[in-house]
Amino acid sequence: MSEQKLQSQTVQTTGHAWDGDLQEYNNPLPVWWVYTFYVTVVFALVYWTIYPSWPFGKGWIGGLSNITYVNSDGETKTHSWNTRALLLEDMNRAAIAQKPYFDKVAAMSYAQVAKDPDMNGFILSAGKALFSDNCAPCHQAGGQGVVGFFPNLTDDDWLYGGSFDKIHETITGGRHGYMPTFSEVLSPEQIDQLANYVASLSGIGHDATKAAAGNVLFHSETAACYYCHGADAKGRKEIGSANLTDNIWLWANVPAASSAEGKVAAIRSVIASGLNKGVMPAWAGRLSPEQIKVLTVYVHELGGGQ
Amino acid sequence: MNFNFKHEWIETNIGLLAVLTMLAISVGGLVEITPLFFIDKTIEKVDGVRPYTPLEQRGRDIYQREGCYLCHSQMIRPFRDEKLRYGHYSLAAESQYDHPFQWGSKRTGPDLARVGGKYSNEWHVQHLTAPRSMVPESVMPNYPWLKATPLDTSDIAERMKALRKVGVPYSLTDAEYKANVAKFGETVAKQLHIPNAQQSLIEQANFGNYDGDRSGISEMDALVAYLQVLGTMVDFGKYKDDAFVNDR
Repeated sequence: MSEQKLQSQTVQTTGHAWDGDLQEYNNPLPVWWVYTFYVTVVFALVYWTIYPSWPFGKGWIGGLSNITYVNSDGETKTHSWNTRALLLEDMNRAAIAQKPYFDKVAAMSYAQVAKDPDMNGFILSAGKALFSDNCAPCHQAGGQGVVGFFPNLTDDDWLYGGSFDKIHETITGGRHGYMPTFSEVLSPEQIDQLANYVASLSGIGHDATKAAAGNVLFHSETAACYYCHGADAKGRKEIGSANLTDNIWLWANVPAASSAEGKVAAIRSVIASGLNKGVMPAWAGRLSPEQIKVLTVYVHELGGGQ
Repeated sequence: MNFNFKHEWIETNIGLLAVLTMLAISVGGLVEITPLFFIDKTIEKVDGVRPYTPLEQRGRDIYQREGCYLCHSQMIRPFRDEKLRYGHYSLAAESQYDHPFQWGSKRTGPDLARVGGKYSNEWHVQHLTAPRSMVPESVMPNYPWLKATPLDTSDIAERMKALRKVGVPYSLTDAEYKANVAKFGETVAKQLHIPNAQQSLIEQANFGNYDGDRSGISEMDALVAYLQVLGTMVDFGKYKDDAFVNDR
């Protein structure tokens, strides 16, 4: 009882008393809390006038804050503040900063860009960023490719050609590899003979008798391999057929096989099932012409450019 | 400063209490509801956005079943780094037929809003089966069963009917079909017609051969078909870079 009396002296009550001695405390909110609340109200009012906020009429209140930037055509544009306008400002500021470099890239020939020491740093850094974002998922971070799937870009073996113009053509328009399924036209023995012949071209252990028969088959109308791979089996870059004589393998996973039989079997499986892969997407819609030019030089300089 | 404000005034006046309670609750309501009255203004007017074809829609179902959204967002934000890496920022219009949308905010893997056309079908098949064979540093799980599991195509019409109920313009009647022809063109409208759903699913899967295996239609066919259409419907080459700036 005495404690309750003490409290009732220090804390205000509502003044009511029920059942004789039941009282209700009147605890006001702490002053710091009340003033913080008033500050948030003022903050909201200020925020609403500066930034886009309330729906109004047929749109919404844009706010007093504006974003002004100079676009690529040199025009000054102003929009009321929003994140999309902020992005435009950011993109255009960066574009203006990079313009001297990209203008230089656009004006120079590929060979000039590759040789210019000033441009090397730009190509290396801009090209590496572009390559990592767009090319590395297939061709891997260093451009080494994946045997069986995506070609190595660091060697001097090119399916479609390794000149600046050909690399540019490949990036711009994409590629699609194709080889017919020979298991439907040839017998397993004939495919085995062809595989041994192809192995012999790269100096891989093979059966000489089968290889000799495969040689005949390769240049015959039955298998007609020479149509695409050429009479010398060195491939034709205009259609992207592989050079079979250089012991560099993309589709047949020959390097993974340890025995000579395994290597021949890897070649055999490609001849039997054919290829309808080696699809590279076209990048013309995704990347700007300048970006493609930077990438062309970057890929060319990976080591294998011709 | 002392406002000498007593909550007693409110608590002892039931009429005032009711009015002020209603005011306080209506603020919460207005903030939630009013923007919906203006939603048409925020959906950009762009050409090309269409509902998913039956095969793509089945791929989308598999995308959700496997929980892809737990690591992948489909929302490119309007920042320079995102534009450079993923492409144009996502538009509200682009997910207008998504139920539920897959925007997300958790990115353990990259954003997928514009992954369509970026890689070949073959890359997707290999990457979904064994991600580290394509991207050595990846932490994505393997999904080897997608290629091995035949796609159940029998219930596609029912799935599309359900989506039609929530507003996706899949057509059930001739009138709806004609409206779709006018809106999306005949080729697309045929694929959005529910009575043809199973047949157009099978046709698209056989023609596209997304998983590289012609022997049947697998779940991989559907998922790759879905991934390859993501973010490709709008041709941004047609629009100026400030075309959508006044929609926000």
